[in-house]
Amino acid sequence: MKLTIERAALLKTLAHVQSAVERRNTIPILSNVLIDVSDGNLALTATDMDLTIVDAVPVEMTEPGATTAPVHTLYDIVRKLPEGAQVEISTGGDGAQITIKAGRSVFTLATLPKEDFPSAGAADLPHTFTLQPGELRNLIDRTRFAISTEETRYYLNGIYLHAAKTDDLDVLRAVATDGHRLARFEMPLPDGASDMPGVIVPRKTVGELRKLVDETDQPVDVALSDTKIRFSFDSTVLSSKLIDGTFPDYQRVIPVGNDKIVKVNCRDFADAVDRVSTISSEKSRAVKLVIEDGSIRLSATSPENGTATEDVPISYAGPQIEIGFNSSYLLDIARQIEGESAEISLADSASPTVVRDLSDSSALYVLMPMRV
Amino acid sequence: MSALCRDCLATFAAPPESGAPGRRCPACGGARVIAHPELAELSIAHIDCDAFYANVEKRERPELRDRPVIVGGGRRGVVAAACYVARLYGIHSAMPMFKALKACPDVVVIRPDMAKYQRIGQRIREMMRAATPLVEPLSIDEAFLDLTGTEALHGGPPARTLARLILRVEDELGLTASIGLSYNKFLAKVASELDKPRGFAVLGRADAPKFLEDQPVRIIWGVGKALERNLTRDGLRTLSDLRAREEADLVARYGAIGRRLSRFARGQDERRVEPDAPVKSISAETTFDEDIAAPEALLARLWPLCEKVAGRLKRAGLAGASITLKLKTSEFRLLTRARRLGAPTRLAEVLYRAAAPLLEREADGRRFRLIGIGAGDLTEGACADPPDLLNPERQHAARVEEAIDAVRAKLGEGAIAKGRSLEPLRKPAPAGGTKPRSQ
Repeated sequence: MKLTIERAALLKTLAHVQSAVERRNTIPILSNVLIDVSDGNLALTATDMDLTIVDAVPVEMTEPGATTAPVHTLYDIVRKLPEGAQVEISTGGDGAQITIKAGRSVFTLATLPKEDFPSAGAADLPHTFTLQPGELRNLIDRTRFAISTEETRYYLNGIYLHAAKTDDLDVLRAVATDGHRLARFEMPLPDGASDMPGVIVPRKTVGELRKLVDETDQPVDVALSDTKIRFSFDSTVLSSKLIDGTFPDYQRVIPVGNDKIVKVNCRDFADAVDRVSTISSEKSRAVKLVIEDGSIRLSATSPENGTATEDVPISYAGPQIEIGFNSSYLLDIARQIEGESAEISLADSASPTVVRDLSDSSALYVLMPMRV
Repeated sequence: MSALCRDCLATFAAPPESGAPGRRCPACGGARVIAHPELAELSIAHIDCDAFYANVEKRERPELRDRPVIVGGGRRGVVAAACYVARLYGIHSAMPMFKALKACPDVVVIRPDMAKYQRIGQRIREMMRAATPLVEPLSIDEAFLDLTGTEALHGGPPARTLARLILRVEDELGLTASIGLSYNKFLAKVASELDKPRGFAVLGRADAPKFLEDQPVRIIWGVGKALERNLTRDGLRTLSDLRAREEADLVARYGAIGRRLSRFARGQDERRVEPDAPVKSISAETTFDEDIAAPEALLARLWPLCEKVAGRLKRAGLAGASITLKLKTSEFRLLTRARRLGAPTRLAEVLYRAAAPLLEREADGRRFRLIGIGAGDLTEGACADPPDLLNPERQHAARVEEAIDAVRAKLGEGAIAKGRSLEPLRKPAPAGGTKPRSQ
């Protein structure tokens, strides 16, 4: 195997795949990237057994072949090479080593045979549809902050993606929740997705996908079965196992009868929450909201720090409500609201509260109050 | 002043070479004289009661005074405390009970009465706090004291205040304790071990470095068997071996503890005496009379431990955001399995439901001799068990537990119990130790 490639192109393709690989690995082959040169293409494959990323880039090929080498070492080497360098990669006679040459630098790394690299195998993915990169970015951004990290309820450790109906309209829905807050995003159902099963896309896959989608303006092809999902765009293919579990019946916990409606300038509200929460205790992050005709009084107290209050003008007519929230949860939601105004619907101080962007109905957020 | 009589508390000047035994107090003629050139300057102390549980029992039963006595649970438990007579037979604390019984078949075994020890430990702590507010308890019978700046208040140097404190413990409680006095916590703790029982040992700035030189690495707090083995493998047996290495090298090789290895080996320890060092975890464990393999039986043992930990969390106003299940196999292999919880809890029910799947996975036919559960990542109790969108039952569980706690507070521990603590039918469980641990 022998090839020559410009440093920037190699770095980019390595960057695409390398983060799939765990830093600490007990199985040596899983620290390696599969390097496959054929037909004028360099294809890199990295996997953690659940998530696999393949990225291809055209190269000046002198000799086809394939091997595997430690991906993080390789990435670090290429990163430190001077800009604009031409990088030559070749395997030695017995294939046990790979040599990377650029300018006056020469590196040799131990390889492992390509046969040891876990093969993803051809998967049967019957449901296929296409998403625009902007849609996919929105879908992820609006929901992923609510993904749980709890190990006991592992089925909450991802985004639940499924087809649903809203007012007779077919939609693709993404939902994430950790029990304290819930985020729901929906968009018109793309062609081909109508029979798709509900699937839970794991947190790590979501994170890797989000990074990769940032670099493309091409439509993303999605293919899935009830155990696997694959995203393809440009020269990148990301395939992942899905979380094997049942996502809870989330519709049940989205309140429909909250009749105390607050309208507030989202930016002003978020800034005020941010300021007041400076005082909240590190652990609870609690802020108290006293909602009255025309204003919300935000306050926080902590025995160590002191107190803070701030009034934010709102549009509200109704009885006074006192309610507490985790300020970081409020800010997470506020960050996703791009319109000027947010609508907060409450029932009482102990019940789930609904937050929406007044200018965009695609996303909805539910927030559980806390005792203050 | 460079010498002190521990019996009459007289202080006097002693010639430099006077630490020699045989020297008597010029005031009372007593032999318990400590002399050290820095005696008047040192103010960090470690106080450790001598064979605490065993001596509490002996105090109450004078006929046991000269008999070997150990405090510990059951045939399968471990020695919680061994009196100094029992130690002559090679018995030491943490030794498995059967080994202790083999070493000395006549040994008097007393079941631990933790409530009683707590009570007496509390009295001792109050006496310590009368000497200085800077008391950092390490366990029920052991604490660091910082007596810096108390000279005017007590009309004498810290050494004299300490000697008086120990006399008071002896007079009022009939128990003895040993003192280590130095200029930092590490050396104070090392010193308190030097002259046990009823000892008073001093390590000063001038003599500590020399003293440490030949000490084995395990003298450093935090060096357990595994690390000692690694250090020995790397040719580091004594503190002077450690001193020969750069701190950066030790950190690179052994991680964060490398810094401590380097500092302590030079007798440096900047840790302050923290009166309320936060509790890092709360746990409870029990050793079985017979090894247990059956998952149901193990689960039945797990539940009361969860209740115990939950009770302690509630009383301490804390909540745990992670759990650790601990199991010891019949071959003494220790397994720990940890889980992060979605939200901090102080409910036995939540602890149990998080630990049970971990236990079920390990209960694959292996026989276990010990089970324990701990709550870690502790936070303030106000954050405990927040309402959960998906799990409204959690609020319900909290109310059930409150009700159970209220019934027990009124009618006693045995008044009410969950059905799962009854299955399968068995003898009452031996008392397991519950211990807050500061790490």
